[in-house]
Amino acid sequence: MTTPPGIDAGTFADGLSAMRSAVGDEWVFDQPADLNTYRDFYSVLWGEPEEKLASAAVAPASVEEVQAVVRIANERHIPIYPISTGRNLGYGGSAPVLSGSVVVDLKRMDRVLEVNEDNCSALVEPGVSFFDMYRHLRESGSKLMMSVPDPGWGSLVGNALDSGGGYTVSGYRGHFEAVCGIEAVMADGEVLRTGMGALPGSETWQQYRMGIGPCLDGLFRQSSLGVVTKMGFWMFPTPEAWLSASVSVMRFEDLDELVRIANELEYGNLFNGMPGFSSPVLTQDNPIAMAMVPEPEVMNRMVAESGRPAWSFAPNFYGPERVIREQWAYVKSRFEHIPGVQFAETNFVRLPLSPEDMERVHKPRFGIPSLEIFSVGSRGYGDFNPSDGHIWFSAVIPRSGQGMIEANRVMRSECERLGLDLFMFAPAVTCWTRSFVLFAAVPVYKDGRNAHLRDAVREIIRTCADHGWGEYRCPPAFMDDVMDVYAFGDHKLRRVNESIKDALDPNGIISAGRYGVWPERFRHLRRDGGAA
Amino acid sequence: MRIALAAVATVAVAAGAATAQQAARTGPAAPELEHGKAVYAHWCAPCHADSMGLAGTNSLTIKYEGTDIPAALEDRTDLTAPVIAYFVRNGVAWMPPFRPTEISDADLAALTAYLTAPLDDRGAHAPLLADEMAAMEAAR
Repeated sequence: MTTPPGIDAGTFADGLSAMRSAVGDEWVFDQPADLNTYRDFYSVLWGEPEEKLASAAVAPASVEEVQAVVRIANERHIPIYPISTGRNLGYGGSAPVLSGSVVVDLKRMDRVLEVNEDNCSALVEPGVSFFDMYRHLRESGSKLMMSVPDPGWGSLVGNALDSGGGYTVSGYRGHFEAVCGIEAVMADGEVLRTGMGALPGSETWQQYRMGIGPCLDGLFRQSSLGVVTKMGFWMFPTPEAWLSASVSVMRFEDLDELVRIANELEYGNLFNGMPGFSSPVLTQDNPIAMAMVPEPEVMNRMVAESGRPAWSFAPNFYGPERVIREQWAYVKSRFEHIPGVQFAETNFVRLPLSPEDMERVHKPRFGIPSLEIFSVGSRGYGDFNPSDGHIWFSAVIPRSGQGMIEANRVMRSECERLGLDLFMFAPAVTCWTRSFVLFAAVPVYKDGRNAHLRDAVREIIRTCADHGWGEYRCPPAFMDDVMDVYAFGDHKLRRVNESIKDALDPNGIISAGRYGVWPERFRHLRRDGGAA
Repeated sequence: MRIALAAVATVAVAAGAATAQQAARTGPAAPELEHGKAVYAHWCAPCHADSMGLAGTNSLTIKYEGTDIPAALEDRTDLTAPVIAYFVRNGVAWMPPFRPTEISDADLAALTAYLTAPLDDRGAHAPLLADEMAAMEAAR
């Protein structure tokens, strides 16, 4: 039996025995065949001695059982690692960051506790998947639309905690932005409720996020401070209709103006759907991977020869038909001064979707979970087939035309220099309002190519940091590297996080190492040896 | 144990013993297969239903090109319990394994019963969730 780091076999066996008493024999897993299912299937450490593996898994079914498991672990200093549905593929899946931790699998906590139609909110447990929630909403005749990521088999809670995003309306599609109220079991086994949930008898837990004093919700984002057992969400009333459109410009030089006006329109609530920014001429060979942005005269010549626009901005609108058509008319008016600008209405549907419309739309834009995105994968575009998975590189870059061009060129040239393949590349993703996130998907294999991949990604993390760009999220193998470049004030961010960690979890049992925050007892395991 | 199961899977594929489903499938599954069909609908159909937009079906279409093995798992007649258990618990390519908190051993047994039952007993293809919900709402 593998034991957690620093825990002797007797203490570990005693801990597992106590956990069996707490949750039932059948919900503690310590046999290799079961633990194999907890591996990070897209791990860049697959099959190597450093692969991050669970020593056991325990699956509580209630808050009380979670409390019991946490107390058992805390008394024995056994490291634990909570997961919601464990489907965060590309970012760690169901494996722990600290190898040898006991995974606390919350999949059995799968109740939708409340959907409040008047408040347009929901309260759910961590095991509720987007598929589960969609079925619940439809079967109950709800008027609400949820925002879903792609693919949609993950957890509402887990995805929000990891800062996942969807495609729908501003304020909702950045999933942590839509959180209102968290319940978490802390390392001492006590239960904390944030916001108005801290006031016994309150009916406003899902109405006012902040409560009184410091707002603590952020402590649980990408963190290691508690086991989240309930989470509230604000939801969007299903709109009457949806309209998507495009604004295309024909010159390299027009991108700055395109982005500047688009930003002003979005920040002024003139459109509410997730906008797209791309380059039709630079995606003509591969629609999901933009080529390197060439020099202006070269790009303008490519535009002339292909007839494809240099850049496109794709606004979209959720709302009553007469409102969103007026909004689109106004949006168009703001770009009419750009020479050669082209406008197109690319799609219009009424909700709920008809069966015919269902076949021609991207379902997640309507809160409908799907796994269709995996079709870009092992048999998708490019020369990477069959690959064994992927990881994401996702850096926050300036939301400007210049920022988009520079990020594209730096990423493309670095990948070429380092020999790193990308099968998806979008330099300006807008799930999170007010930011661009450069998204690059790197194919992963299980045939020994991972060491090179890791070295290349680490170099790109540092190169991006030199430009002022940091990742918003990353696989466990790179969490130390990414946190390390957020270095302002001699790593004050990390040092404060670790002070909080040590204060709230003095035995360092919960999710050690997650996003580069290590408890004192394991700090030497950080990639730099805990030096900084 | 896992090596043995892998060998079984390889043999089954190499044998190409499946036959394509020709007749239209209609109606409900036999009562004893309903649970397994629900497991299939929830966990397998989103990638393996009879639709070319789906990753699993796409991949198996390429894998079995030139054979009479159907791409949609629900139409297969060559699957065996060890093969199904191997892929559910070990994954393949981009498909990760499924944990016992997702597909329990009892669920796996029911899924196996469904995917190895005579085609006539399986009834109509399990719908994708979006289609099932749309049909439900249309019937209201």
